[in-house]
Amino acid sequence: MDFLFIAQQTLGATIGVNTVIFALAAIGLNMHFGYTGLLNFGQAGFLAVGAYSVAVSVETYGVPLFISFLIGILNSVIFALILGIPTLRLRADYLAIVTIAAAEIIRKVTRSATFNDVLGGSDGISGKFGKDFFDFNPFKSGLETSIIRFSANDLWVVIVGWTIVAIITFLMWVMVNSPWGRVLKAIREDEDAVRSLGKNVYLYKMQSLIIGGVIGSIAGFVYALSRQSVQPDNYSTALTFFTYTVLILGGAARVFSPIIGAMIFWFLIVFIEQMLRQAVTAGYIPEWLIGVNQVGQIRFMLMGLGLMLLMIFRPQGIFGDKKELALDARA
Amino acid sequence: MIRQSSLNSVSILKKVIYSLVLAIIAGIFSFGVSLSPATAAQADEAVLYGVVTDKDDLPLPGIGISVIGPDGFEDQVLTDAEGAWRIVTKATGVYEISIDENSLPKGQGLTNPERATVKVSVFMLGIDLAIQFPIGVGVVKATRLERAPQLALDGLILGLIIGLAALGLNLIFGTTGLTNFAHGEILTMGGIITYYLSLNFGLSLIIAIPLAILITAAVAGWAQNQYLWKPLRRRGTGLIAMLVVSIGFAIFIRYFFLFIFGGGTKQLPQYAGQAGLDLGLVSITPKSIITTIFAIIFLILATLWLLKTKMGKASRAVADNPALASASGIDVEKVIRSVWILGAALAAYAGIILTTNQGVSFLMGQDTLLLIFAAVTLGGLGTANGALIGSLIIGLMVQLSTLFIPTELKYVGALVVLILILIIRPQGILGKKDRIG
Amino acid sequence: MQERNNNSAEFFLNVELAPGSKKMDPILIADRVSRNFGGLTAVDVEHLEVQRGAITALIGPNGAGKTTFFNLLTGYDKPNHGEWSFNGKNLKDIPPYRVAKLGMVRTFQLTKALYRLTVIQNMALAAKDQKGESLLRSLFPFTWRKQETEIYLRSEEILKKFKLIDKKDDFAAALSGGQRKLLELARALMVEPELIMLDEPMAGVNPALKQSLLEHIKDLRAQGKTVLFVEHDMDMVMEISDWVVVMAQGKIIAEGPPKSIINNQEVITAYLGAHHDAELDENSESMASKNLKGGVNQ
Repeated sequence: MDFLFIAQQTLGATIGVNTVIFALAAIGLNMHFGYTGLLNFGQAGFLAVGAYSVAVSVETYGVPLFISFLIGILNSVIFALILGIPTLRLRADYLAIVTIAAAEIIRKVTRSATFNDVLGGSDGISGKFGKDFFDFNPFKSGLETSIIRFSANDLWVVIVGWTIVAIITFLMWVMVNSPWGRVLKAIREDEDAVRSLGKNVYLYKMQSLIIGGVIGSIAGFVYALSRQSVQPDNYSTALTFFTYTVLILGGAARVFSPIIGAMIFWFLIVFIEQMLRQAVTAGYIPEWLIGVNQVGQIRFMLMGLGLMLLMIFRPQGIFGDKKELALDARA
Repeated sequence: MIRQSSLNSVSILKKVIYSLVLAIIAGIFSFGVSLSPATAAQADEAVLYGVVTDKDDLPLPGIGISVIGPDGFEDQVLTDAEGAWRIVTKATGVYEISIDENSLPKGQGLTNPERATVKVSVFMLGIDLAIQFPIGVGVVKATRLERAPQLALDGLILGLIIGLAALGLNLIFGTTGLTNFAHGEILTMGGIITYYLSLNFGLSLIIAIPLAILITAAVAGWAQNQYLWKPLRRRGTGLIAMLVVSIGFAIFIRYFFLFIFGGGTKQLPQYAGQAGLDLGLVSITPKSIITTIFAIIFLILATLWLLKTKMGKASRAVADNPALASASGIDVEKVIRSVWILGAALAAYAGIILTTNQGVSFLMGQDTLLLIFAAVTLGGLGTANGALIGSLIIGLMVQLSTLFIPTELKYVGALVVLILILIIRPQGILGKKDRIG
Repeated sequence: MQERNNNSAEFFLNVELAPGSKKMDPILIADRVSRNFGGLTAVDVEHLEVQRGAITALIGPNGAGKTTFFNLLTGYDKPNHGEWSFNGKNLKDIPPYRVAKLGMVRTFQLTKALYRLTVIQNMALAAKDQKGESLLRSLFPFTWRKQETEIYLRSEEILKKFKLIDKKDDFAAALSGGQRKLLELARALMVEPELIMLDEPMAGVNPALKQSLLEHIKDLRAQGKTVLFVEHDMDMVMEISDWVVVMAQGKIIAEGPPKSIINNQEVITAYLGAHHDAELDENSESMASKNLKGGVNQ
């Protein structure tokens, strides 16, 4: 087995593009679920709105890339309003069902042949819509060290991506430690009590939904740009569920949890996948048990199992303390 | 396929009775003998075929049909005197079938001009696919009127399937508060077990189906509750935590099915390509008639169980107020166990209907789950009869919406309507408003 | 017992001892407020005035509609008919948070402490007109830092009074049931209400804390605030209320000073005769009548 290769792949993934995307998506979800208690199961929809806004604006309508970012943010605000207006007055599970439905609506519409001309159908949109972004790339060659490798474009995406993650995390930290954030946390605990203290709960929930959604759409920008393509099936409900896994892995309602969670998540996924793949290829695992092309399926199974076990045994996250666990049980 | 809309009601009724009898006879006595010419194909080829008829359902000969497929596959044919065409393919993959609109006679056109090209996936050789190009005069209303009865029937059947699954989901939600995202996988399990029993063990479906329901009820109902949810309830796991656990469980099971079952849609060895019986306004396959009748029977039995039996009444008491029910001597855990077993059995049967009608894949449950949730939300979370009504509405909405929107967007239409209804009537159609204090 | 009467008894000198009687200076007026649940009338209040600056108790057998009436007045539930006003402002269709902002703050029968917030955060949350509660300003701490410090000082002051200061950095979940009741009352004060509505403030509170809670409520009156509370504990009703309103089957059946109420034949019938139409809660029903009689004996 080629352990150097495994290490390269794993390390690259731990700080790579996917980690940035999932960290951003989970920061948004942390605002919803971690701080406000909103059960948003449509985070994939917010990513899709961001990604498609960029791809469609630039490829189909020839809008400059940097204006397409504004369009994406505007669209995600509208999406949040559409989701929030009917559901934020209702019980939490209604929001869950409506958001998951809305995200699926977006995916099905984007992949439909009916809107093929604009949205690209099931193949999505591929092209050069990120050109304006990569024109700014100062790196002429990629990073080539013995333990980590990035292409020039990936390096640029990763550096810009982590800068965005840092800025947004800092802003989140300021916000959740302000009186505004205190109202959100109180709503998570008991919204009727918060109403009785003269706070407009509906408004705060809406603000939370919008901000977390906008952050999700920024994750979508990174997703689209890093690959210079958008594909509808990348934005399925599985994406939302894995974002939850990331968040819970890091421990919800902590500012740094999405980053830590995303890093652990991708470390584990790539490490396990590479180990399995090599073990199968090298014959340590018999072919009749796991075929090479079944490794991906095993990976998904482990992700599901991991989410379950985490939620059962460590709902406070890998590094959370016992005290909060006790509180969880009582609440 | 050929319908005559001018039949009077008596002859329709006769036809219905006749075909029901026929279907039941066919179902009982003709195992392994396919009624469909479609499965007569060689195992190493798949035939794409269809009949092109005009607005009065008269055959249209000489219409150009062209096919583009994988590996540069291309073929063109003209329809024969009966309006029929067929093209033989030798490889699985996605095929694009186009109709030459210019060869249609004057005054005839596609009812949906955007569907001049149809994409189909040949997922398995040996199974033939019928492709239709609905043609009308452009007088859209008349066409819709003609399509409506068939769509309504399809919608009712879909509604019953959703209803079977939704009833269990809602009962479990009512008694335990669990929003179970892994409920769809019970449908898949029912379908997959039926598939294995009939293919690997060579059991006839008449035996395989009840056996599959029993196995699923035991494993996905009793065992799932006993070894997963009951311990979690004991631990005092919160409802939202349990919801997330169910998501993880669903992902785990779904990819486990993919691991053992593979990614394709697989048809049952029996009745896969059964031809539809022409009942005048509508066409329905015999297997669909039988499975639907049993769906109705099961739903009635489940409702009677809820209304008449001690355990059923207890389950409603638990749903209303678990603490009070427990205090008044009801064994809450026993009720929950019954509800899980019943819910799993009903969901398994829902999955089996889907499997007999359109084959089974590992994603089947996930694809249906959203519709189940939509139905339950529509009817009002936690209300048993609400779930049924919601299911029928969703089923009808999904199918009938194709009168106005492209078929590929039919689920979108249903989900949009769900959101709209929530705006107007948040508590669902039958749900009670939450009382405070 | 003496001091209780010296500042508020005169409010009621010329008040008729009848349901819906006119008060000298009402802070809250309700008119024909009714609420049905599926054909069942839960609340049907013809007229009620609550005197400013006094402690008014709202009593009645279980299922009399007291909590529903509270919910209606504070906007948590919508009545089928009726008008009600606070300080002359019509409250119909006003959402709960605006009711609270107007100065009418309630607590809940089941305490709603915000568990994963610390005690001091519970307090600070409730302060009014916080600059840092605006989304935009939250990003610029220098715009709200000063006010936040003031809020914390005021919170600590109140916590000291309520003897919760030692717990200020504990999560609210770590408090005992009685301490949570205290916290809820203290938190309500942070809103600077004119009228405080307490829904069973004594339920589940141990006797030691009960006395201190009583003192705090009396103290509110001394500060010129109005208190309206629902309570089953007749000792408490007798001890601190200036005026008692009795509800039964959704209607107000009697009003008057505590002493007149315990001798009121209609009230006694309502409590004792409530058995036949309250199959659900027989236990608490008889408890209630026992409590009432306990009050009579004193």
